[in-house]
Amino acid sequence: MAFLGVFRRWLPRQNTLTLGAAIILLWLLLGIFAPWIAPYDPVVLDPAASLLPPGGHYFFGTDNFGRDIFSRVIWGARVDLQMCLIGVIFPFMLGTTLGAFSGYVGGAVDALLMRCIDIVLAFPFLVLMLAIIAILGPGLISFYIAMALVGWVSYARLVRSQVLTLKHQDFILAARSLGYSHVRILFVHLLPNALVSALVFSMSDCVLVLLSGAAVSYLGLGVQPPTAEWGVMVAEGQSFITTAWWITTFPGLAIVVLALGFSLLADGIGEKMGART
Amino acid sequence: MSTLLQVSHLSVVNRQGIALVDDVSFSLDSGEMLGLVGESGSGKTVSCRALMRLLPPDALRIAGGEVSLQGQNILALTERQMAKIRGREIGMIFQNPSSHLNPIMTIGAQIAESRRLHFGASAREAMVDAIELLRKVGIPDPAQRVKSYPHEFSGGMRQRAMIAVALAPEPKLLIADEPTTALDVTVQLQILRLLMTLRDTLGVAIVLITHDLGVVAQTCDRIAVMYGGRLCETGGKNQVLAGALHPYTQGLMDCQPASEGGHSQLVTIDGQPPVAEHFPTGCRFHPRCRYATQDCQAQQPPMRTSPMDTRHQAACHHPLAHLHTQEASC
Amino acid sequence: MHRYRFLLFRPLQLLPVLFGISLLTFAMVRSIPGDPARILLGVRSTPEALARVRAQFGLDEPLWLQYVYFLRNLLHGELGKSIIYRVDTLKLIFSRMEPTLWLIGGSVLLALLLTVPLASIAARQQGKWADHLIRLLSTGGLGFPSFWLGIMMILLFSITLGWFPVSGYGDTWLEQLHHMVLPCLTVALALAAVLIRNLRTSLITEMASDYATAARARGQPVSRIFWRHAMPNSLVPTINLLAVNVGWLIGSTVVIESVFAIPGMGQLLVKAIFSRDYMVVQGVVLVFALATVLVNLLADLATVSLDPRVKL
Repeated sequence: MAFLGVFRRWLPRQNTLTLGAAIILLWLLLGIFAPWIAPYDPVVLDPAASLLPPGGHYFFGTDNFGRDIFSRVIWGARVDLQMCLIGVIFPFMLGTTLGAFSGYVGGAVDALLMRCIDIVLAFPFLVLMLAIIAILGPGLISFYIAMALVGWVSYARLVRSQVLTLKHQDFILAARSLGYSHVRILFVHLLPNALVSALVFSMSDCVLVLLSGAAVSYLGLGVQPPTAEWGVMVAEGQSFITTAWWITTFPGLAIVVLALGFSLLADGIGEKMGART
Repeated sequence: MSTLLQVSHLSVVNRQGIALVDDVSFSLDSGEMLGLVGESGSGKTVSCRALMRLLPPDALRIAGGEVSLQGQNILALTERQMAKIRGREIGMIFQNPSSHLNPIMTIGAQIAESRRLHFGASAREAMVDAIELLRKVGIPDPAQRVKSYPHEFSGGMRQRAMIAVALAPEPKLLIADEPTTALDVTVQLQILRLLMTLRDTLGVAIVLITHDLGVVAQTCDRIAVMYGGRLCETGGKNQVLAGALHPYTQGLMDCQPASEGGHSQLVTIDGQPPVAEHFPTGCRFHPRCRYATQDCQAQQPPMRTSPMDTRHQAACHHPLAHLHTQEASC
Repeated sequence: MHRYRFLLFRPLQLLPVLFGISLLTFAMVRSIPGDPARILLGVRSTPEALARVRAQFGLDEPLWLQYVYFLRNLLHGELGKSIIYRVDTLKLIFSRMEPTLWLIGGSVLLALLLTVPLASIAARQQGKWADHLIRLLSTGGLGFPSFWLGIMMILLFSITLGWFPVSGYGDTWLEQLHHMVLPCLTVALALAAVLIRNLRTSLITEMASDYATAARARGQPVSRIFWRHAMPNSLVPTINLLAVNVGWLIGSTVVIESVFAIPGMGQLLVKAIFSRDYMVVQGVVLVFALATVLVNLLADLATVSLDPRVKL
């Protein structure tokens, strides 16, 4: 009980940013050093050790194939972190470029882009992703492509509105009067300023991508078994929920913790940004 | 005419312990209009918020003094009892009517709300009262306008609507916090006339907070001048304007542009009003006063009464009238 | 009344979007590799059936003409036949609509029932432990995968406590209510996490506003100011947030229907994807898109009627 009291006083004083960063760093290290940290191989079957509860050799228990859940969760960190990274980078690059270009050029090009954004936004996010994956066939690559095709919208809108505000500011006028080309102005002067808010947004986007990727994999349309990914593991464990609750619970908790890390990081950065302006 | 409001030695301090309102006393009779004059930072708004106990609790607190409303010290009341006083006994109107009215409620609903809360009126009765109040404050076509939203009124009309909302609980005292500062000059006059009419017809006492001595000259019965959180001078309007005792008051009067036109230079008071962190020692006006002496820097002057009128007082070591003055007993 | 004029112009504004939706959906299905006629019919393709389908959908015609046929069919409510269920796609979708509507409606209701009290407590207890706790829970709640949360709910409430059924939809109205509690609660919790943060901030801002101070100056008690002044002003942006999140809400129901084996449109979509029932996929996607557009329109309507300052 005393520990709780200390924790309660310590917690609010901790920097949101550092907490979030710490969580993400932890998972990063676990994922990178998985081959050395994980006690067991994540894919090798061991029927003799199937459905063992947590404890003893098997920290989180085993699944119906006798695979160690703890090891699979650690190895799964690699896949899920990769999902976050690639699932954010491509929409980021695509959306930022399109948004900046459209905002700067304006006119018919801009109007066209806004229409495209409206159309993509008319579809529920996950539904559109699933439809694209349906065409491309299930798999992680399909997920990345679908994510790029759907996720660019948020970045485009954000960067576009930033560029629209910035391009009328004095320092841009000064650059024009110095004879700088449009391309130079766009890439050297406007984009770095607009990118900041896009970067901040990408932090909270990581949460969305992680949850979407896990959900798509849960449905069987993303990462395919036997690869250890947390969403897939949750799906695999659902049939055994009555007899072996640990198969589903621990991978899900891993998602929660990593998502919390991203959320805290995003909030922390947001706070710092707010403090500065 | 009986004394309605008696503020005695009111002090308000901020978190650093600096007194933004320091030992302020003034009084008001029923049916009177008191002009509370001062530059920004003089403490006039804070005093009145303190009076109504509407200070932001984490930033300011009342450090001392008494506020007597018809003999009852309202500073000693519980919050619950104070809530009954607010609105019903003392009302307040604000500088910016746009932000001080609920944007998604009709004017009629906001007036009716007070009627139902304070008088238990039924919905229909409250609406009838609302229409009547709108008529009293000079809003044309009140039966229609009662269904309008605040943003549908023009600036002057919106201020009138806010006055109607404040009058709904029928307060005996109305505090008007710079009600005309944000309005066009022509509209300002209308609002001031309205306040005077309300004083005459409804008998409501008014504290008019303003930085404009000219406004006070046209409307008020009494004046209280504040500077740097302290009271400089208080008295009947005519007495003060005829013979100001405090150099600051005289300075304010000199600053008024001559209304007959002319080519004389605009007079100003040198310097800037003090900020809370850097209040001067002794008399807070002494750095800007041309009559200042060592005494002025050393000690805050006590309130001295003019022998010609016991209600005319000034806090100055060297009052301008140079008449034989005595220490005031407050 | 003139404030509602935008309703007249809105269909015109929506036309490009509606076209875009139909075009995108058409393009998606057409981009599936392989013979479209065989894709539409699946394994049961006889030469006569193939010929018939080719004629109906104009598959030998240029692509743009095919799109025209597609639009024409669409306007007649003709979305093709499901190759698995052998019925009209539209009929199939309608038969699955009820559980999904149940789920969405129930989730929104539960979410609001959770959000309003919790956000109110957090706002009025600002800075105290209740506020910190609620904020922590809602920040953390943003990161809960809904499918996992649903399973945990099943674990706790169905298996351990036995209060609710594990899955399925039920037959009678009462049974359905019983079955829908956990699924709706799961979605509601995630939705509430988003809404609480927003409503709490709005409430704090409104309570600190000038008109709230003016109301206090009139002797209005703080609780009355909170419920009759601050809350209505705060609900307007919250309803907007809800509308913005409708796409996410629909996505959630797709996942939750799979978790709880609810026979709604979401599960239909997932099954159709696995069985390559492309007409059904197309139909469901179209219906969901139209629903999103409709909900956004309703949200605009609600905003106009609640906030008299808004002009659209």
